[in-house]
Amino acid sequence: MALPPPDPQFVLRGTSAAVHTLHFSCGGQERDVPILFSGSENGFIHVWNLKTHRVDAALDGHGRKSVYCVETMGGKDRLLSQGRDQRICLWDLAEGRTSVTDSVFTENVGFCRCSLLKVAQGRWLMAMAAKAMEEVQVLELPSKTSVCTLKPEVGAKLGMPMCLKLWQLNFGSQPLLLAGYEDGSVILWSLSMGKALSQLVCHQEPVMSLDFDSEKAKGISGSSEKVLSIWSLNEQQNLQVYKTHNLVNPGISDIAIRPDKKILATAGWDHRIRIFGWKKLKPLAVLDYHTATVHCVSFSDHKNPSERLLAAGSKDHRISIWSIYTQT
Amino acid sequence: QFVQEGRISAVMWEVCQQQAQAGSPDLQEALLNKIVCLPDHVSNKLQGKNPPVFFPQNYFPFLGGAVIQVLQKISDSLRGKIVSVHLVYLPVFSSTSEEILSVLLPRLTDLTKSDCIWQRICWRLVECVPDRWMEAVLLGFVQRAPGADVLSRLLGNLVVKNKKAQFVVTQKVLLLQYSHTTAVLQNLLGYLSLDSLRRALLIKVLLELLETWGSSSAVKHSPPEQQQYISKAILICLSHLKEHEIESYREELLTSMMEGVKCHLDSSLPQIRCLGMIVAESISSKINTDGPVLKFQVKVIMKFMSDVQGLEEIKALNQMMQGIIASSNTGNKERKNIYTPQTNSYLYFFYSDDDLIPYDMSEDKELKVKAPVYIRDCIEVLTGSEDVDKWDTTVKALESLVRKNPAATREVSVELAKILLHLEEKTCTEGFGELRQRAQVAVLTTDPIPVAKYLTSQFYSLNYSLRQRIDILDVLVLAAQELSYPKSHGKTKHAGAQKPCIQLLPGSDSSKDWRRIVDERIKSKTRRFGRSQVEVAAVPNEFSSVAGHFFFPLIQHFDRPLTTFDLLGEDHLVLGRLVHTLAILMYLAVNTVAVTAMGKALLEFVWALRFHTDSYVRQGLLSCISSVLLSVPKERLLEDMTEELLETQSWLGGKMGWCNTSGFVALVFVQCLFN
Repeated sequence: MALPPPDPQFVLRGTSAAVHTLHFSCGGQERDVPILFSGSENGFIHVWNLKTHRVDAALDGHGRKSVYCVETMGGKDRLLSQGRDQRICLWDLAEGRTSVTDSVFTENVGFCRCSLLKVAQGRWLMAMAAKAMEEVQVLELPSKTSVCTLKPEVGAKLGMPMCLKLWQLNFGSQPLLLAGYEDGSVILWSLSMGKALSQLVCHQEPVMSLDFDSEKAKGISGSSEKVLSIWSLNEQQNLQVYKTHNLVNPGISDIAIRPDKKILATAGWDHRIRIFGWKKLKPLAVLDYHTATVHCVSFSDHKNPSERLLAAGSKDHRISIWSIYTQT
Repeated sequence: QFVQEGRISAVMWEVCQQQAQAGSPDLQEALLNKIVCLPDHVSNKLQGKNPPVFFPQNYFPFLGGAVIQVLQKISDSLRGKIVSVHLVYLPVFSSTSEEILSVLLPRLTDLTKSDCIWQRICWRLVECVPDRWMEAVLLGFVQRAPGADVLSRLLGNLVVKNKKAQFVVTQKVLLLQYSHTTAVLQNLLGYLSLDSLRRALLIKVLLELLETWGSSSAVKHSPPEQQQYISKAILICLSHLKEHEIESYREELLTSMMEGVKCHLDSSLPQIRCLGMIVAESISSKINTDGPVLKFQVKVIMKFMSDVQGLEEIKALNQMMQGIIASSNTGNKERKNIYTPQTNSYLYFFYSDDDLIPYDMSEDKELKVKAPVYIRDCIEVLTGSEDVDKWDTTVKALESLVRKNPAATREVSVELAKILLHLEEKTCTEGFGELRQRAQVAVLTTDPIPVAKYLTSQFYSLNYSLRQRIDILDVLVLAAQELSYPKSHGKTKHAGAQKPCIQLLPGSDSSKDWRRIVDERIKSKTRRFGRSQVEVAAVPNEFSSVAGHFFFPLIQHFDRPLTTFDLLGEDHLVLGRLVHTLAILMYLAVNTVAVTAMGKALLEFVWALRFHTDSYVRQGLLSCISSVLLSVPKERLLEDMTEELLETQSWLGGKMGWCNTSGFVALVFVQCLFN
């Protein structure tokens, strides 16, 4: 007899706006407080203290325009946030400061979250949707120099890029970019060559979110329809569909694979978070807590596996924190 | 004692011996008649002191036993020679064949099983039966034989040799009678098909059956039981047909099928239509083994099907029917798409090295769309929305919304009625027709007068389908029923309390007090005998104010044909329904003010239609008359409607031939009124 799904470990309230993005920073030292960053529709970035479950600081840097991406750059003191005011802000949060040190004006009015990749100590690559409709631009941070601009071929009606993921096989190898587009296709770009290596049409609707496991060379994408598509990368760097999974209700807004590559979580438009085993995409649990669309899911980076958490932010202004499958 | 000592068989044996030596036929006749009539003679003589052995139910089985004994003797004596077996004239096969046969037949069945001499004896036996008894004999055999092959053994080629037998088997049993069971039919037709000589008869029978099945006058005038019987016979015949026979008669089968289908589908009774469809489908599947086959979406009359069992053809038909019904159900199942956890933790250990145990996911179902809460929202969704889920939930929620918000409904009642009348099924909702009808009834009862005006005017308008017109009639009837039914006081109070108004304190209402005081005084002063009955609180009849609005517009234009709708012409189905509806409305209008005028108008309407050809319409007319007689108070009937009543009486009295029960009742009623 299967157990009923677990309840959230705790629920963070206080954002007073829909939560669009979440990012954990719990991998620090022993004495450091585990932190969760959340970006909301009212332009605030809340810094949640996971010990006290209260907001430590609220950062206002996007002129009250919705923040739809937050990432840390090497620890909780450096934060990157992207908002609908067409800006990407870099924050310095060390020693209690809350100031924007730098910003990038993207001139892009879309919703595509940027993707960060650390390529060397102190050097980052950031991929973001560019000003022109179908293009993706890759910048190097903190220098803000453009590494390359990835343009699809003329006539390929891909639409806007919807989601990006920069990755590299090992630290130091060639960085690659996976981009999901509005027409439902996923393209693998080589940054060094600046051109597409492979294209795969995995959905009939826009690809809302994707995530990739570089060890197994397998990725998963979710769209506004009822299908989750799992694809793999073979030796020739070609994408091919590995399997598909049908859902009960259509619409996925976010997908995240846990760092230990055992499970993955999807955030659904039907207010539910679904947990699958990553190996065979076996459905494991359906977490039904939220009362509106779940916009984002994120796994924590705790060093101690038993403390690992899953966070989900929803349109109903709540962030639910779950502790699930932590024994493995 | 004479009887008991087995003298009877001795006598019969004597007769046979004599016969073989050409004795006089008259003596034999007389002797045998005496044997048969022995019980009657004895009881006449003894008048009550009749010993039980002479009672028919004992005597005749005994006689049957004696016959068997004689036959045994004959067969023994026949080993080796063929002797004429004219004897045993089957005096036994007179009016009391049942008891005799119940003894005779099982024995004969056993005896003829392997012994061909016995078979020959049996054949001779039946061949010699005089014509006046042939029918009884044959029927007895056919009814009692356990199977077609047994019948074949017993009767041989009797039907080919004997004219009377042929007539009985091919015409009388099949076409003129219809009381026999399916087993009888199977026996008979199986018997016909078993021998090549008799197969010609089988074909002849089939063609005649098809002719009857396909004739429109038969369909209109013969009772449904007979039509069912004929259809069964046709199906059984079809199953016995061989390939080459189908080939040679394909054309005839096809033509008769087409004609038959037409008359069946034209009928007003759903049973007949169903029967027609079933038979046509089976004929068509027989004659068109390749190529398109006629298919109807028929809801199978299961009883009919189960009767005609054992035929693979019927089984195949049955399966086809089930398939059709099942496929219309799976449409609904697929939409639900319930997610079931396909693995359980034990299984998982075996075929995966993932040791993550899934949680219970049975709650994971499709997200439901919320139904609208306001009537105007419903109207918007039903007229404009492309969102199919929303449309679906709106249709389901509409009736309860209408009933809960009567004030809001009254504002948009005609619009809602219009939308509902034209509403077509967009999704595969279960019970869509019923949902729509209930919503229409709810709208009509909430705001009767304008909506009734609208509906009755639309009944006579151009360009509506028959389904829609019949819908209008059904809705009017259901609403009238609801309105005329006395609702309890509590309900009406509740409906009133929903209005957000300041409620007066009850204490200040002195108008109710006098009633209470008077009641108490009466109670204290009267002595009650017997059990006191619970008095139902009197409630005003809501139908009385609107009965006229329901009734008169429907009668108004029935004789004015439109281009697409001609009540007096082709659309007699709708006319029949209209007449029945008027009867019901009349009946429900009892105790209302308009009832006299309604009754008068209805009797005139009936008078105009009294010679209509469709029996369904005539039945409706009779029920109209009954309703008038029941609803209109006697005084009004006699005063205001004397001429119409007299006319009706003369009409009914003159038509006693075709009158069925309701007509008879109506006639009696009218007679009573005038006496």
